Amino acid sequence: MRKGDWRRLVAVALLSWCVMTAATGRCLAGEALKKASLIPQWEPQAQFAGFYVALAKGFYAAEGVDMTILRGGPGQPPSRLLAEGKAQFGTFFLATALLKRAEGLPLVNLAQFVPHSTQLLIAKKADGIEKPADLAGGKVSLWGPEFQLSTRTFFQRYGLTVEPVPQGFTVDLFLRGGVAACSAMRYNEYHAIINAGLDPEELTVFDLGAHGLDLPEDGLYTLASVLAADPDLCRGVARASVRGWEYAFAHPEEALDVVMSHVSAAHLPTNRMHQKWMLESLRQAMTGPGDPLGTLTRLRYQAAAKALGAAGLAANAPSYEEFHVPLP
Amino acid sequence: MSPSLDVRPTRGLAFKLAVCILTSATLIFTVAFAYYYRSSKDMLLASVRDNAQNLLRRAVSRLEAPLSAIERVPQFMALKLGQELPAPADLDRDLTDFLTANPDVFGAAAAFEPLVFHGLPRYSPYFCRKNGEIAQVGLGYEEYYELQNWYLVPKVLQKPVWSEPYFDESGGDIVMTTYSVPVMGQTPAGPAFLGVVTADVALDWLRAQVGRISLYNSGYAFLLSRSGVLLSHPDNRLVMRESIFSRAEQFASPELRTLGRRMIAGEEGFARLPDFILGKPAWVAFAPMRLTGWSMGVIVPEDELFAPLRKLGREVAILGGAGFTALLLVIAAIAAHITRPLSRLAATAAEIAHGNLDAPVPLGAGHDEVGALSRSFEQMRLALRDYIADLTATTKAKERLESELKIARNIQMSFLPKRFPPFPEITSFALHADLLPAREVGGDLYDFFLLGPGRLLFLVGDVSGKGVPAALFMAVTKTLIKGNAEQESDPAEILAKVNRELCVDNESMLFVTMFLAILDCDTGEMTFSNAGHNPPARIAPDGTVSWLALPRGLFLGVMEDAVYRTATVTLTPGEKIVAFTDGVTEAQNPAQELFGTDRLLTVLSKAASMPPEVLDAAVMQAATEYAEDAEQADDITVLTLLYRGSDPT
Repeated sequence: MRKGDWRRLVAVALLSWCVMTAATGRCLAGEALKKASLIPQWEPQAQFAGFYVALAKGFYAAEGVDMTILRGGPGQPPSRLLAEGKAQFGTFFLATALLKRAEGLPLVNLAQFVPHSTQLLIAKKADGIEKPADLAGGKVSLWGPEFQLSTRTFFQRYGLTVEPVPQGFTVDLFLRGGVAACSAMRYNEYHAIINAGLDPEELTVFDLGAHGLDLPEDGLYTLASVLAADPDLCRGVARASVRGWEYAFAHPEEALDVVMSHVSAAHLPTNRMHQKWMLESLRQAMTGPGDPLGTLTRLRYQAAAKALGAAGLAANAPSYEEFHVPLP
Repeated sequence: MSPSLDVRPTRGLAFKLAVCILTSATLIFTVAFAYYYRSSKDMLLASVRDNAQNLLRRAVSRLEAPLSAIERVPQFMALKLGQELPAPADLDRDLTDFLTANPDVFGAAAAFEPLVFHGLPRYSPYFCRKNGEIAQVGLGYEEYYELQNWYLVPKVLQKPVWSEPYFDESGGDIVMTTYSVPVMGQTPAGPAFLGVVTADVALDWLRAQVGRISLYNSGYAFLLSRSGVLLSHPDNRLVMRESIFSRAEQFASPELRTLGRRMIAGEEGFARLPDFILGKPAWVAFAPMRLTGWSMGVIVPEDELFAPLRKLGREVAILGGAGFTALLLVIAAIAAHITRPLSRLAATAAEIAHGNLDAPVPLGAGHDEVGALSRSFEQMRLALRDYIADLTATTKAKERLESELKIARNIQMSFLPKRFPPFPEITSFALHADLLPAREVGGDLYDFFLLGPGRLLFLVGDVSGKGVPAALFMAVTKTLIKGNAEQESDPAEILAKVNRELCVDNESMLFVTMFLAILDCDTGEMTFSNAGHNPPARIAPDGTVSWLALPRGLFLGVMEDAVYRTATVTLTPGEKIVAFTDGVTEAQNPAQELFGTDRLLTVLSKAASMPPEVLDAAVMQAATEYAEDAEQADDITVLTLLYRGSDPT
C-alpha cells in the first residue's frame, strides 16, 4: 500500500464516523425518529422507485424520519388513508390532488416528480386505426374522471364521439379485442401490451400530452394540517424523496433490486424487465429540461388548475403558493 | 545382378495401393456416413416432433377436460339468473351447492350491476373453500368489483371468458383463473347485461399436471397464458411473473419473441429454441389450449434427442476405424503377395537382360495374373534361349557360306585373264576387259587368247541366273570354249559345239549368251558369231559409234541342235569394238530406270578416242554413277578391242 492510500483511508473512516454520528445524533440526543407513513397511489412498482430507494438507502432516517411505505393498490386510495390519518404522505396525480382538494381534502404538494403527462391512447393498426378520426364511434376504455380530462380534451380536439368503457386494472379487455383503444401510461400499460406479444409497429399510439393536455402527474402530497404541525418532517420527507429519485436514476440496477424486493413481497405478477422499462420511462419524463426534480412550476400548476376548472371538475383551485410548498 | 535391383519395390506398390484404396474408402465412408447421419437426424427430429405433438395434444385434452366440465354449472346458473333473480338466500345456497358438487372449483361468485339485484347498489356474494369448509368471504373490493377483469371482460364481450390467471389475494401463493359467464336479462329493449356468475379454479393441480410432463431427462413442459405469461414452469420464480416476451426482452432474443407470438396466436408447431433457455440447443413443440386461449409447450434438449444417434455414430466410427485397420492389413498382405513374386520376377528379368538366359524364372503356384506372367516369362525365356541358339547356328552357317561364296568368287574371278596388256609383244591391237562383279556370285565372263600367230579370239558372255551354279556353269562354258577353239576356227562352229556340250545334262536349265569373235590381226578381218548376246558397239577411227550387226543365234545350253552363224567384218586400223553385257545397259538407278543404250552411246562417243582401258573405265564409271546408291543387280562386263592394223614395220 502506498503512503497516500493510508491518508485517504483515514480520511474516509473519519468522514464515515461523522456521517453516522450526524444521522444518529438526534437519536442519541434523545430526539427519537419521527414515525411517518407514505401511501403510493398504486401497487409496488418502479413508479415509486425513488421512495423505496430513499427508504432502503436510509435517506428518510437521515432526515430523522422512521418512514413506512404502505402497500398501495386499488383498495388503498391515498386520499382515504390520508383522510383517516393512516398515512401522512401520499402520491397523487396533480389532477387527482386538485380534485380531492375540491372535494374538501386539504392536500398540499411537497414535491412534483412527473412534470408531464405520460398518458397514451393505444389502438391496433390491425383494427384499421391509424389516426384520431379512426376512433370515431368505437369503444375506448378509460380510467376514472381525473384521468379522463386529457382524453376528453383529445376527443374534443378531433371532434370524436366514442363509446367510453370503464378500464380495469389491466389491459386484458383491449388485448381480447373488447375495445378499439385503451388508456395507457407510457411507463406501464404500453410496455405491458408490448410484453403481451404485440409489436410496436402493430400499434397506433396517441400521446395525450402532445394531442390533449400535458398535465403533470406524480407528486408527493400531505395534508395542510400535517404540514402545519411539523413542517420540518414534511420538508425532510420531500428532501429524502428527491434524493431517493436522484439515487435511483443514478443507480438504476440497484433501484430495480429494491423495487423488485417490494414487488416480490406483494406477489405481483410483474417482472424486472417491465420495471426496468418503467424506471427508464420515468427517468425520461422526470429529468427533462425546465423542470427541476421535485419542483412544480407555477406555469404548469396554473395551466392544470385552469383546465380542470374549465372542465367543471375542480372549481376554485387554491393559489400556487397555498398549494405548493417549495423544496427547502 | 546390379545393386539397384536390391531395392525391393514392394513398399512403393503396396503403399500406393493402400493410400488409393484407403483414401477412396474413407471418402465413400465419410460421405455415406454423413448422409446417413443427417437423414437419421431429420427422421429422428420428425419422429420426435410427432411424438411431442401427440404428447401435447393428449396433455391438452387431459387438462381441458375438467375445465370444460366446470363451465357447465356457471352457464346454467347464469341462464337461470337471467330468467329470474332469486332471493339472496337462494342464491347463496345455489353457489354453495355448486362448490359442494364440484371439488375442482375453488370459489364461486355472482356479481350484479348496480341496482339490478333487488335494488341494491352493488351485490356480489362470494363463496370459497377455507380450511376445508365452504364459507362466504368478502371480495375485498366490493366497491369496485365492476373494474375487475372477471366482471368487466365478459360484460363488454358479452360472452363467457376464462380470465388471465392471477395470484389470489386471500389464498397467498395460489394461482387462479376465473371462468365468468355474463347474466343476460330480457328487457323490452332487448337483452341487457345484469351481472356475472363466476367459478374460480386454482391452477395448482394444472401446474402439477404440466410439471409431470417431460421428455427425456432435462426436457420439460410449460404453459403460457393468453398474453404470454408463464403459468407453469419448472422454475417457480418465473411463474406468473415473467412472460415469454419479458424473457425475450431480457435476453434480447427476437426468435423467442416470434415463438411467443406464434404460441399465443394459437398455432401448433415445432421450432428451434434459442440456446440461452437451456444453455444448449433445444427444440420446442407447442399446441394451443382452445378453451382458455393458453398455449402449452414442451422443450426437448437436442443433445438428449440425438443421444442415441450420437452413440450409434460413435459405434459406427469405431467400427469404421477397425474396418479401416483391417482393410489396411489386408491390402498390405495382398500387396506383399503380389509384389513378392513380381520383384523376384524383376530380379530374374534383370539377370536375363544381362544375358543369363539359363536363370530359371520362379514359378508361383498361383493361377492369378502374376502366375500367368511368370509362366509366360518362362516360356519367353526358353523361346529366347532357343532362338538365340538357332541364331548362333544360323549365323555360323551363314558366315561359312559367305566365306565359301567369297572363295568361289575369287576362284571364278581367277578364271578370267587379269593381265593387261595381255600380249605386250603384239602391237597390231590393244585389248582391255573389266568385270565388276555384283555382290553375289554372278555369271558374266570374258576371255581372249591367241589361236595362232595373228589370230585373236575374244568373247563376252553372260550366264543366266546367279550364284554358285551360274559361276560353275560359266567356268564350264569358258573351259569348253577354250577346248573347242583349239579344234575349230569358225566362231559359229565353236558356239555350236559348246552348245551341244552344255546341253548335255543341263538339268539346272542354265544358259549363257555369248558374243564370240576371231580377229585376223594382219588383215583386220573379224569373224564373229552370236548366241543371244546384245550387239557390241563399233567405234570408227573418227569416233563414230555404231552397233555391230550380229547374226541371230539362240542362247547356249538350251537347244542341242541350235544353229549359229558366222559373220565377218573387216576392221580398219583405229577401229574399236566394245563388247559388254546387259549389266551395263540394265544398270538401274534408285528410281529403277535403266541406264539404256542411249546413255551408253553418249559415253562411248565422249570416250571414243581413249585407249581401251580408259574407255572401259569410263563406261564402268558411267554405269556405277548412274546407279548411285542402288545395289548393283548384275555383273558389269566391258571388253574393248582397238585394232591398230598390221605391223607397220
